[in-house]
Amino acid sequence: MLGEYVYLDNGAITRMDERVLEAMKPYFFDVYAVATSEFGYSMGIEAREALDDSRKILAQSLGAGEEEFIFTSGSTESSNIAIKGVALALGDKKGKHIIVSKIEDFPVLYSAKSLEKQGFEVTYLDVDDEGFIDLEKLRDCIREDTILVSIQHANQEIGTLQDIATIAQICQEKKVVFHTDATHSFTRAPLDVNNIPVDLVTVSAHTIHGPHGVGGLYIRKGTPLRKWMDGGFQEFNFRAGLENIPGAVGFAKAVQLIDDNENQKLQEMRDRLLDRILNEVPQTTLNGSRLKRSPQNSNITFHFVEGESITLHLDMRGFAVSTGSACFSRSLEASHVITGIGGDHERAHGSVRFTFGRFNTMEDVDNVVDAVTDVVENLRRISPLGKTD
Amino acid sequence: MVKREGESKMKFPYGDKVLEHFRNPHNVGKIENPDGKATVGSPACGDMVAVYLKVDADKKIIEDIKFESYGCASNIATGSIITDLAKGKTLEEAKKLQWKDAADALGGLPNLKVHCSVLAINGLHMAIQNYEERNGLIKDKVPTTREIVMKRLNWVMDPTTGMPVVRSELVKDVEVEDGVIKIVVELPEDHPLSNAIKEDIIEKTETLWGIKEVVVSFAE
Repeated sequence: MLGEYVYLDNGAITRMDERVLEAMKPYFFDVYAVATSEFGYSMGIEAREALDDSRKILAQSLGAGEEEFIFTSGSTESSNIAIKGVALALGDKKGKHIIVSKIEDFPVLYSAKSLEKQGFEVTYLDVDDEGFIDLEKLRDCIREDTILVSIQHANQEIGTLQDIATIAQICQEKKVVFHTDATHSFTRAPLDVNNIPVDLVTVSAHTIHGPHGVGGLYIRKGTPLRKWMDGGFQEFNFRAGLENIPGAVGFAKAVQLIDDNENQKLQEMRDRLLDRILNEVPQTTLNGSRLKRSPQNSNITFHFVEGESITLHLDMRGFAVSTGSACFSRSLEASHVITGIGGDHERAHGSVRFTFGRFNTMEDVDNVVDAVTDVVENLRRISPLGKTD
Repeated sequence: MVKREGESKMKFPYGDKVLEHFRNPHNVGKIENPDGKATVGSPACGDMVAVYLKVDADKKIIEDIKFESYGCASNIATGSIITDLAKGKTLEEAKKLQWKDAADALGGLPNLKVHCSVLAINGLHMAIQNYEERNGLIKDKVPTTREIVMKRLNWVMDPTTGMPVVRSELVKDVEVEDGVIKIVVELPEDHPLSNAIKEDIIEKTETLWGIKEVVVSFAE
């Protein structure tokens, strides 16, 4: 339909909900003071209360205590605070060995790589063809000098949900700090820190229709973590800098707006898209797991065609999706996730990610499936590959 | 759903001309029994182009040209424009076509995409070379040496790495003797890619001057 744009890249970022903006507004224009101590002036106290209330909502959503959650500028900062903070706290005391998976998102992967340059040793755990790490291998990898395991909850590209409950147990038994990047699962897949002995959890508002540039980090009480960005003593002295109060309020509102019905609806859209494409379009491969995947994520490789061509055609027809193709990225490198699950470059090049959000409908699913079926058929007609003659 | 203003206001990553050729590429497909043919690139590099020629043998004019593309938008658009530009030209004229001619005719291409779009031009040049070699039209009729074969193998990609087979060490050495080229590929014979590599090597080397046969064998 002309003039309508169907956004199916909610795994990258989501459109903010109007109700979130309404909740934030007063903290731009009416209550704009710096959050002060209880002995400050009234506007500052009001700001402090808004921050505390928001923190309470975020902490509760993870089953955490109020003093165990800090606000940040997003998941990149959260994961950096977590990983480098543990490295600084334990590097000289316990050891310099860190374990991450090969398919982590860039904040975790590049924090690990940066520590490697500073003398830390990093084990990059392989994943199987659906993206799962081998739990026994993880157990075997943990050594005397291992200080941190960082394994994501849901994968950013293929949605694979790791068994973080078991991973957390293994780390607890071995007395190693465990961080998980839950940017792509937070509020979409259950995570309660009372049941799962995880020490650090990265979350973000941008994936759940909250404000962009706001995130958070759960820090279990007693976790060895050294602050490294210097400044004031905000956020229990873990994160310097004035608090983003409208952002925190918006994040809390975004969390309150999510319920099981919505997650169920996302999952139904995901399943309809996967069922239709995998059944109706020949030569397609599902990337990730069919069952253990985040409800909003679907990722499929269309063989013999290239992803940037697919996304551009879809864009011209009014659909926004993304691809793991090298041609789509600024670096011209194929997706490390698809190659990490054992796919060759061809599989990455033809991979397309469709991620759903609150503002999508079942009609969008059917429309994008029809469009992509047609686009792929046309591109295959001009491709030298995959012809049987 | 989010309402946005009409399509004309949308910002695409390429100019109108590129998008036009991408949307409706010209000269797409195969030519049965082509006079000249070349396949360049590989799925592993992310781009692959096949070019087919029909040549007027007397006038040395490209009568018909078609291409197939497994590639991104700039690759498809370049294939479309370069075949437009080459059609009806003499072989000598067509040999002079360069990436810049294609880019200019398309109203510009992003620098980042040179790698993807230059492939179609390479495909055209290789298809002309293939025609000339098949018909004994090459100017420098020098004996085919080991070095010449190795150089030619730069155009045969290792599908597992996207690098030329001679650089990924899939082909460590070749032997040329009495018009026979012997090449050993460092893959088991039953490897799923073995046959495709073998065919590609033969296609690109059998037309070299004075070559009667190309023998491709596989390592244990």
